[in-house]
Formats: sequence, structure tokens, C-alpha cells
Amino acid sequence: MLEVRDLAAAIGGRTLVSCLDLKLDAGERLAILGRNGAGKTTLLHTLAGLRAPLAGEVRLCGEQMSALAPRRLAQLRGVLLQQQIDAFPASVLETALIGRHPWLERWAWESTADARAARQALAAVGLAELELRDVHTLSGGERQRLAVATLLTQAPRLALLDEPLSHLDLNHQIAVLELLARRTRDDGMGLVMVMHDINLARRYADRALLLFGDGSAQCGPVAEILDAPTLSRLYGHPLRRIDAGGSDYFIPE
Amino acid sequence: MPTRRRALFVIAVLLAAAVLSMGGALMVGSYAVSPADVLARLLGNGEGGGGDVVLGLRLPRALAAFACGGLLALAGALMQVLLRNPLADPYVLGVSGGAAVGALAAMLFSLPLIFVHGGAFAGALAAMLTVFGLARGDGSWTQSRLLLTGVIVAAGCGAAVALILSIAPEQKLHSMLFWLMGDLSHAGSPWPALVVAAIGLALVMPLARDLNLLARGDLVASTLGVKVRSLRAAVYALGSLLTAVAVTTTGSVGFIGLVVPHLVRLAIGNDQRVLLPAATLAGGALLVVADTLARTVIAPQQLPVGVLTALLGVPVFLYLLSRQPKGGRE
Repeated sequence: MLEVRDLAAAIGGRTLVSCLDLKLDAGERLAILGRNGAGKTTLLHTLAGLRAPLAGEVRLCGEQMSALAPRRLAQLRGVLLQQQIDAFPASVLETALIGRHPWLERWAWESTADARAARQALAAVGLAELELRDVHTLSGGERQRLAVATLLTQAPRLALLDEPLSHLDLNHQIAVLELLARRTRDDGMGLVMVMHDINLARRYADRALLLFGDGSAQCGPVAEILDAPTLSRLYGHPLRRIDAGGSDYFIPE
Repeated sequence: MPTRRRALFVIAVLLAAAVLSMGGALMVGSYAVSPADVLARLLGNGEGGGGDVVLGLRLPRALAAFACGGLLALAGALMQVLLRNPLADPYVLGVSGGAAVGALAAMLFSLPLIFVHGGAFAGALAAMLTVFGLARGDGSWTQSRLLLTGVIVAAGCGAAVALILSIAPEQKLHSMLFWLMGDLSHAGSPWPALVVAAIGLALVMPLARDLNLLARGDLVASTLGVKVRSLRAAVYALGSLLTAVAVTTTGSVGFIGLVVPHLVRLAIGNDQRVLLPAATLAGGALLVVADTLARTVIAPQQLPVGVLTALLGVPVFLYLLSRQPKGGRE
């Protein structure tokens, strides 16, 4: 589904990723981990076609990403951005419905089928009762879940999420990750998540991509690649592995 | 959820309001004309001296007011999306400042009226191109860069206007001040403004849903398939051109471009597919009403219409501002 060959990405003249090869199949989940400023968001935006790569190529569903028309690209891949901007008042339902934009013809208005899709997505993130509320009245966590609902309404083949868990309390973190896992399993959606929680990444991703910030990166199945020495080097802080009855957890020293 | 039926209803109501405002403008004045007479004149079969007043004086002026009100409200709505700021107006990027310099310079040299209009349009275009060229700079086109460039150009134009006013002979000051405040008594033919308003609306309507996304941020819009760079450039160029045509026709009438999109948004929400045509109609109707008041409240003397829109606009705007949720959340 997503194929990356010899990719390099830079921001502000600093090369953060170089010579990256990556392949993501349908129904696969990838977590991107790394320190602040290591290039996680830059890489995610490059994978999403929001910024041009410095070198190399990104292919999506067999096609060169830069050759895809914007509308077609928006039908294939969805992005959850780190920040949501609400300069103008809008209802929760209207906000979820913008996910249908790439699917609507120029003069078409949202149909009842579109509204049904948006309402299902809102219900899936627990916002069904708030559909008429102004987005300005939502809490940070509610706004974040609304962004997830907008992405689900868009129904892309590949979902790229930049810190999907920010502002979420514990139960909603798990609920959102379970929801995304279900979508990948049932619909064959590809999933790429920038994350900060190693333990949740280990539990909800198949593979992890570690960005060290100096251009080097490591990628592999979570069970193999996530170990204490590597993670300690990744974050520049010692981590310890704790065995808790069959499952392992990493905690900072 | 936005529906087409609701949009058509809103547009129908505002069309009716626009027709009523035009009817009122044709009837009211120092020479009162009955509704039946107005209708007869418009159909071309009335008799007596009222025909010249209705068809020759009031109709062109009311049409010019309608067109310019519509242009300003539409341009204001576009600028608010472009700058992602509900408090932006068509003048914030310096277009009216440039127009004022051109128009006042023509008046200073006692050039005929056509040069005042021409100077205003040339000045508006010059300001627009200056801001466009400078704000692109390194190609980043950021929000704050555009806004800052516009504000600085507007400030420079303000200084030039003050300079012209301070060296202008006294007998010219009156007409200069009227121009600056916005005045319809020298509007000339309403047709260019009407045609531009219609074309402008026809050009933006296919982009209305893209604009809904642009209002939510450039990145969000790109993730959902909007060609952000070209859309922003198009909206900027169109918004500035509409403003230039409006100020060329009537001078810088204030507050229509700021308050009307805002009021319409409060009433029907921020869906540009409804907001853009609704604001155009409401802005037109409001300026027709304001101009009718401007030439009747202290008749036979006429007020510049900009004074009335400001007198109406300032309290409304302050009220709206005080209702704005602070810091994004209530």
C-alpha cells in the first residue's frame, strides 16, 4: 500500500531522515517513535504528500504520490494533524462532515449517506450526543476525538496520525487505539501513528520505526526492536524493562 | 447539517429583502413616489415628471449602492476566510488606502471625475500588487506575513492621504472627505459594479466548499484535497479586485465588508456555500437602505453614506466583539 524508497526529508536545512526504505501493507500498523524534533512530524507529512521529499520517492497504492491528483490523494490517505484550528464557529457534525469533501462532486452537497457516515464515526468516538455543539465549546480531549471521527468519516485506505493520543484520558486512549485497530483489521486500512507512549506502541502496533534525529532510523517488529538499550539510546534517557506476568513494560529510570 | 433546501430558503428571503430595499429607495425622497407609480415607471408606462427622478436619478444610485454593498460584503467574507480571521475586512490589506491616494491625487489636481475613478482603481491595483508581491517573498505566503504587509501598505497610504489633505486647498477638502467616507452622489453608472459583483459571485461559488476547508487551516485543507496555494492566490486576487471596483464606484464605505459577513455568519453559520451569496445580497440591501437614509434624514442636505454605515456598524460590531468567546473556549 505504502512504499518508500531511499527517502530523505529535511526541515530548516537539517536532514532528519535519510536513505529510508519502508513498506506498509494493508491492515498493517506502524508506530513512529523518537525524541522531540527528531523529524516524526516531518516524516509523517512527507509520507502524506503534504511536503515534498528531499530525495527518494513515496508510492501510494502503486502510484507515485507526487503524480496523484489532490482529490484522489485525499480519497486514498487521511491525516490527523497535531493541531486543529477552529477560527470560525462550526458544529461537531459539520466538522466531521468535512471528511467527505474529497468524495463529493464540485456542486454536490452532503447526502444523508454522508451524514450517516459522519454520525457513525462520531458515535464510535463517543461524541454522538454532542453533534450540534459548537467546536469552541469542546474540551481538548473531545476536540481530539472529533478529529479522529473526521478521519474515519474520510474513510481513507491509509491513515497517518500525528500523536492521536494527545489530550486523551486513559480510557479514551485505549478506546481510540482499539477503534483504529478494528478498522485496520476489518477494512484493511493501513495505519501509521506518531506516538510517545512506548508501551501502547508495543501493544497497538505491528512494527515500530525509530527516528534518532541524526538521519538514522531503525525499523522492525515491535517485539524485536523495542528493547531497553535501543530505547535508552533513542530517548537519551535510561529505560528499564519490567516483566509483569507475561507482558513487558518499559519505564524510565 | 447544511442542506441545499435551507440555503435556497435563506437566499430567497434575502432576495426579497433586496427587492424591498430597492423599492423603498425608489419611492422615498424629497419627491415622494407611490409604489404603483414606481412600478409603472419601471415598466416604462408612467406619465408626468416622476419618471426622471425614479429612472434617471434614484434607480442608478440605488443599483450602484446595491452593487457596491454586495461587492464589499463578498470581498469581506473572502478576506475573512483568507486571513482566517472573522475580524478581517476588505480594506485590511490596503486596497482602499491605495484607492484613496489615487482618487485624492486626482482631486488635488482638479482632474475630471473620470480621472478620480481611474485614479482610485489604479491606486487600488497598485496597493494590491505591492502586497501580493511582497507577501509572497520567499514563497511561504504565511498568514501573518500577508497581514503585516497589508497593514503596513495601508498605513503608508494613510500617511499619503493625510499629506494630500493637509496641502489641499480648502474648497477641495469637502469633496475629498466625502470620498474618504464613502459617498454615492457621484457614483456614475452602476453597471460595471453590478456586472463585476455577478461575475465575482459566479467565480467563487464553485470554490465555496474548498473555502470551507481553507477556513479550517491550510494543512487541513491540503489533507482533504484542496489545492491550497492556488486557491489562496485566487481568493486574494478576487477579493482585492472586488474591493477595488467597489471603492472606485463609491469611495471607501466602511463596515459593510466587516459587519455583514459577520452578521450573516451569526444567523446561518459559516458554510461558504450559503454565506457568500447571502452576504452579497445582505450587503447590497443594507447599503441601499443606508444610502436612502443618507439622502433623506437631513434633506435637502446629503450625508456621506459611509457615515451612516459606520454609525450603524460600530455599535453592532462592538456588541458582536463582546460576545466573542475569549481564548477559544467558553
